[in-house]
Amino acid sequence: MTIPLSWVLALSAVVFGIGVIGLLTRRNILILLMSLELILNAANINLVAFSNHLHSMRGNVIVVFTIAVAAAEAAVGLAILLALFRNRRTVNLDEVREMKG
Amino acid sequence: MNLDQAFFLYFAAMIVVFSIVTITRKNPVYAVMALLVVFFHVAGLYVLLNAEFIAALQVVVYAGAILVLYLFVLMLLSVPREALGAAAHRRWPVYALVGGATTFEIALLLARSKFAPRPGPYPPDVVREMGSTQAIGTVLFTEFLYPFEVISLVLLVAMIGAIVLTKKWTPAQGGEEGR
Repeated sequence: MTIPLSWVLALSAVVFGIGVIGLLTRRNILILLMSLELILNAANINLVAFSNHLHSMRGNVIVVFTIAVAAAEAAVGLAILLALFRNRRTVNLDEVREMKG
Repeated sequence: MNLDQAFFLYFAAMIVVFSIVTITRKNPVYAVMALLVVFFHVAGLYVLLNAEFIAALQVVVYAGAILVLYLFVLMLLSVPREALGAAAHRRWPVYALVGGATTFEIALLLARSKFAPRPGPYPPDVVREMGSTQAIGTVLFTEFLYPFEVISLVLLVAMIGAIVLTKKWTPAQGGEEGR
C-alpha cells in the first residue's frame, strides 16, 4: 500500500548527485541552470516524502515556497544570461573570466 | 510488490534516466525536453505520495512556466552551433567522482539515520478525505502566513531584477553607452 521512505530518499539522493555532476562538468550556463532545477527537485521530493511519512503538511507548504524561489531563480538567472550573451556573445562559462581572482 | 511500489519504480527509473539525459545533451533544446519529462514524472511521484496539489503545481509552474522561460531564452539567444562550446569540461571524470561521492555521502547519512514516525495531524486518510489542497491551504494561511507574505516580496524583487537586468539602457536614461 505504501512506498518505503528509504526508496524515495535514495531516489532523491541520486537525482541530487546527477544535478551536482551536471553543475560541475558542464560549461554551458543554460545547462548549469537546468542542473540547479534538478537539485531543487531532489530537495522537493525529500520534503514531500517526509511530509507524507510524518503525517504533517509543513513539508508540502515548504515545497510551495521552494517552487516560488525556483521560479525567481530561473527568472534572474536567465536575465543575467541574456545580459551576458548580449555583451560577450557566448554561453560558455570558461570564456567569462572578468571576475576571476 | 504492490501497485504503488511498481509505479514508484517506473517513475524513479524515468526520473534518473532523463536526469542523466538532461545533463549530457550537447544541444540545450534536447536538455529542456528531457527536463520536461523529468518534471512530469516527479509530478506523478507526488501523486503517489498523497500530494496532489504539489503535483499540479509542479506541472503548472515548473513545466508550464519555468521551462517555457528556458525555451524563450534559448530562442532569443539563437546561439550559433559552434558557440555551444565543448560539451563538458576536460577534467569531467574528477568532477563526476565528486558528485558520486556527494551522493554516496548523503545515502550513507540517510541509511544511518532513524526516522521514527511521529504521527502529526494529517495522516494520509485524513488528507485524502479533505483533499490535499485544503490541508495545504489551512497550514499555509495560518502557520506559514508570514513566510507566505515574504515569498511574494521575493517574487516581486525577482521580477524587477529581471527587467532591470535585461533592459537596454540608453545614455538619456543615465546608462553607459552600448551596454
